Amino acid sequence: MLTISNLHVCIDGKPILRGIDLEVGPGEVHAIMGPNGSGKSTLAHVLAGRDAYEVTQGTVVYDGADLLAMPPEDRARRGIFLAFQYPVEIPGVNNAYFLKAALNAGRRYRGLTEFDAVEFLSLVREKMKLVHLDEALLKRSVNEGFSGGEKKRNEVFQMAVLEPRLAILDETDSGLDIDALKIVAEGVNRLRGGDRSIIVVTHYQRLLNHVLPDAVHVLSEGRIIRSGQRDLALELEERGYDWLRPNALA
Amino acid sequence: MAAAERAGMTGTMASHYAEEFARAEGGLVGADSGWFKAARRRALTHFGRIGFPTPKEEEWKYTSVAPIESRSFRLAGHPRNGLDVAELDRLRLIEAHELVFVNGYYSAQLSRLASLPAAVSVAPLSEALPDSLQEHMERQAEQPGNGFAALNAALLSDGVHIRVGSGVTLKTTLHLLFISTAPDGPTASFPRVFIEAGANSRVLIIEHYAGLTPEEYFTDALTEINVGPGATVEHYKWQMEGARGYHIGQMLVHQQRESRVTSYSVSLGAALARDDIAVSLAGEGAGASLNGLYMAKGRQHVDHHTSIDHQQPHTTSAEYYKGVLAGHARGVFDGKVVVREGAQKADAELTNKNLLLSEHAEMDTKPELQIYADDVKCSHGATVGQLDEDALFYLRSRGIEYSQATALLTYAFADDVVARIAIEPMRHAIERHLTAYLPRAALDMELL
Repeated sequence: MLTISNLHVCIDGKPILRGIDLEVGPGEVHAIMGPNGSGKSTLAHVLAGRDAYEVTQGTVVYDGADLLAMPPEDRARRGIFLAFQYPVEIPGVNNAYFLKAALNAGRRYRGLTEFDAVEFLSLVREKMKLVHLDEALLKRSVNEGFSGGEKKRNEVFQMAVLEPRLAILDETDSGLDIDALKIVAEGVNRLRGGDRSIIVVTHYQRLLNHVLPDAVHVLSEGRIIRSGQRDLALELEERGYDWLRPNALA
Repeated sequence: MAAAERAGMTGTMASHYAEEFARAEGGLVGADSGWFKAARRRALTHFGRIGFPTPKEEEWKYTSVAPIESRSFRLAGHPRNGLDVAELDRLRLIEAHELVFVNGYYSAQLSRLASLPAAVSVAPLSEALPDSLQEHMERQAEQPGNGFAALNAALLSDGVHIRVGSGVTLKTTLHLLFISTAPDGPTASFPRVFIEAGANSRVLIIEHYAGLTPEEYFTDALTEINVGPGATVEHYKWQMEGARGYHIGQMLVHQQRESRVTSYSVSLGAALARDDIAVSLAGEGAGASLNGLYMAKGRQHVDHHTSIDHQQPHTTSAEYYKGVLAGHARGVFDGKVVVREGAQKADAELTNKNLLLSEHAEMDTKPELQIYADDVKCSHGATVGQLDEDALFYLRSRGIEYSQATALLTYAFADDVVARIAIEPMRHAIERHLTAYLPRAALDMELL
């Protein structure tokens, strides 16, 4: 599904990712953990195609294709979805209009017939229930005036509508209370299955109590310094990150 | 250009229009009215003295009218030659009193003026010259430093005098449609609108300028609105001149106590457009709300100047102008608010926001407050920016193509002004115009 090889990325000439290797197979859930500033969000955004980041070395192959050569919209249409840590407020752009345009862009790309207003509304009603979102939010501007929790649930809702093949959740758990966390986790778990792969980027392991990963990787200073199973996440919860740092090991 | 050479040019142009005047005078509106004729002649002399404005004048710093000055526009000889009536019909509004002017001249045949309440009079100047016009003509003809007003007074082709009696509400919209077709080469028209709204009256007027020709032409329009005590005037200006049209428009508003004026000035067309609005809040408690939207692309140049004069206590003004500039377009906004010494408790708010869609587009904006009273509430703000990169990436990350994402965000930018426009066909025309800026954007309007 996704093969990242020796990925180096700079922002404004400053190296952020310094040789990432990662293989995510179909249907797998990988957690990427690490302290603040380790490069987790950068990795998530680079995979989605944010152009402020400069890839200086390495390759990313997605479904046999060169992912880094594609504009963000093509990545999305081929099934990559980034749930933003900070979803963007877009005043004046209607949420329903936006989502319908996104859904149909993907369907056109895959040679499927576009959804009309009726089909679209019945789909979104069903998916909104999944994350307990109020239907009134559809009529509002994208994320405008949404609470923190609503924004995060809106990301998972969009993911449910767009049905990606590879979902990347960037700190989707941050800022959520325990009830909201459960709703988000349940939404994610419902989407789990089949060939759909998920990368969960998180600082804390609490989301991983609900969304059980197949693999856990620790990112530090732009490199994956440790990979393991779910118990690695629990160990990190207990011991923090410092014991894994190269100087701590020395 | 050397000053002497410039002066020479102004002289040439003044003599061009003097020749036009001499050629046309006998057939102009009011040719048999002594005072009117005299006023025209004085205006022509005044124009000969001051000529067209130059970028040396502060008010014209960013807008050169050299393209207008260098062309010899003529009054249309046969104004209705080659007019495509089907095209004209598409510009009509369904429910409105409609006065149609073609290349500056009123056409009774093309107009649709249903019966009006007894206390309302709508009279083309070519049919009647009311006495109240004299003072108005004389006031405007010899304004210092305004060559366009002088030229309009000298060559005034036609226009309309609208009078709404005290206490009358005119329920039907008044649609003034000014069509240009450049029937015999580059033509100029000099329309004049004079509105008198009596005490506690209500009226809604649309001034609609449309070019139905790819040829060059020039519109020099002047509107004056006198708003009586407690009266409410809604005024829409809808400027859709042709791609090679030049449009200079001025509107002077005089408001008495407790009157309300809401103005919407929308500039979409013309190679060069300049729109001036000057409002005198001359009575206690008078309030004006000025809204504007301009969109320019290619090499279009669009300039809006507004000036609001708070002369009395408790006067209010709220101004909200937005602009979208693409290609190599150039925009200018100059908003001046003056609060005079005695105008305590005045409330003024001025906002101008601009969106540049291209690195080659340019915008100069200058909000200016001059406050001479101490107990007032005034605020102003102006911004010039590009599309929000984060929003653009967010939309694209969901599969929306770059051009469509750009279109959506541009819509979103203009939306709050567009949504205020109550005239539906006008709003739809603006929406269509917005999509035309974004050639590959397949915007589905259904849910917008």
